[in-house]
Amino acid sequence: MAEALLRLERLEKSYGALRVTDAVTLDVRPGEIHALIGPNGAGKTTLIGEIAGQVRPDAGRILFAGEDVTRLPVHARARRGLARSFQITNVLPDFTALENVALAAQARAGSSFRFFRPAARDEALNGRAAEALAGVGLAARGGIRADALSHGERRALELAIALVQEPKLLLLDEPMAGTGREESTALTRMLQRLRGSRAILLVEHDMEAVFALADRISVLVYGRVVATGSPAEIRADPVVREAYLGEGE
Amino acid sequence: MTARAAEDRPPEAPALPAPAGTRARALGRLLVPVLLFAAFAALPAAADALGQTFLVSFATRVMILALAAMSLDLILGYGGLVSFGHAAFLGIGAYAVGIAAEEGLTEGLAVFPLAIAAAALFALATGAVSLRTRGVYFIMITLAFGQMAFFTAISLSAYGGDDGLTIWGRTEFLGGTPLEDDRAFYFVVLGCLAACYLLARAIVASRFGRVLQAARQSPGRVAALGLDPFAYQLAAYAIAGGFAGLAGALLANHTEFVSPAYMSWHRSGELIVMVILGGMGSFHGAILGAIVYLGLEEALSHLTEHWRLLFGPFLVLVVLHARGGLLSLLPVRPRDG
Repeated sequence: MAEALLRLERLEKSYGALRVTDAVTLDVRPGEIHALIGPNGAGKTTLIGEIAGQVRPDAGRILFAGEDVTRLPVHARARRGLARSFQITNVLPDFTALENVALAAQARAGSSFRFFRPAARDEALNGRAAEALAGVGLAARGGIRADALSHGERRALELAIALVQEPKLLLLDEPMAGTGREESTALTRMLQRLRGSRAILLVEHDMEAVFALADRISVLVYGRVVATGSPAEIRADPVVREAYLGEGE
Repeated sequence: MTARAAEDRPPEAPALPAPAGTRARALGRLLVPVLLFAAFAALPAAADALGQTFLVSFATRVMILALAAMSLDLILGYGGLVSFGHAAFLGIGAYAVGIAAEEGLTEGLAVFPLAIAAAALFALATGAVSLRTRGVYFIMITLAFGQMAFFTAISLSAYGGDDGLTIWGRTEFLGGTPLEDDRAFYFVVLGCLAACYLLARAIVASRFGRVLQAARQSPGRVAALGLDPFAYQLAAYAIAGGFAGLAGALLANHTEFVSPAYMSWHRSGELIVMVILGGMGSFHGAILGAIVYLGLEEALSHLTEHWRLLFGPFLVLVVLHARGGLLSLLPVRPRDG
């Protein structure tokens, strides 16, 4: 068993009397696609926030690549190889698609305290950005401002931004949310191609995509991990079936 | 970013659906600043021909405040940070010149760097605190720091206190007094404005400038990329402080007088109005805003002492009908395509 890339140890978070993260212990192994599912209000987005660094847990530890990152801010965790997509698309609306990805390439390359050379003519950054855009099917859309892209295109752009960061772990917070049937199939295929190259923690409501992609699935209900296992184990788990009963999924 | 040209895009990205207007706009982006600076360069000769020599002094003042407005635009327009204490940087630059002169230091090669460094350091220190807040709190805290500088200047009784400080001669350079000649001083100010304009444009187009503009649009996205928005905003704040400090040093030399009024919050508000009037996120917009604001002030104040009664409605009209400032009425829009 390879050592876990990301390990959550008895993570706790409460908002007043509401326990949104309740003694969560979970690990993501190198190269695996680990899906996190659960009904609405289960605390998935809070958990992603705790892993990314926006939400500070009340107790517990977060270990990333063997290092305790529990108290590190968002940007320091990103520097260590943690990239994410947002549940509500978060791209830079005034920048073109290419500029969005080129900025991520620039952040990856390190030195952003450079004041004089025009970034727009930096062919190394533009080249990497164009390549990443091509990888998500946006090759022809590089020159379009992000706020003029369709919703599905912006989701794909987020993925390109995350991939150009060359992260060790990719946090995907409902990447299929709001996309059409065709787009989510395309996105599933894209993620399929990433399998093995990097670890992915996937929060997703689209069960078809989850069961097609995940190596392991954890089920979160009321802030608790009620089950972790292979897709087949999860499908057969009575607790999970009950949690999802009436959800029609 | 204003300097974004269509040819910067990779070959596989086709141009926008309507390329016809793009070239005109790219041309305009070049044309407006060229025309502005050409007009400034030609102004002294024109003033002579018209016999209106006071125009030279007036235009000197316009260029100095345009430089201050430009520095505000770096953090306001590009950084999205509504700083309401910008006059403090201007005042600190001016006081650096006044206090140095009072202490017998008049060498420009020392005084100008001193003025710039003093304002930049003040910006760095106050920015480190202010930038921990957002939105309306940021406005309040920068206002508070600005007022602190204002009241400090008032209490400087050794340097004139409330009455201000007269400077008995413009800054020297290597023993000479080139700035004493108003015409020469005019071109020195124009040179400073042009150099800072080019420098500011280079900064916003650089890697650093990209991060600054990204942090305006989404600090969360920038952090998720592994960049700390705070560090970039603070650096921009200090750079803007330095530019404004230079403007302050020039202002002190122009009026040969420094006063706490340079730092009052009215002045900070005026600078914000200039930036918004001209068009946020465009440095020549800020210059245009300073020209129009001070030009209207000059023209209207001849008509009535209640000139603000006329200026107010004008400002309302601009904000309502030209969201991107006066520049948006021209065929060149800031941050466009």
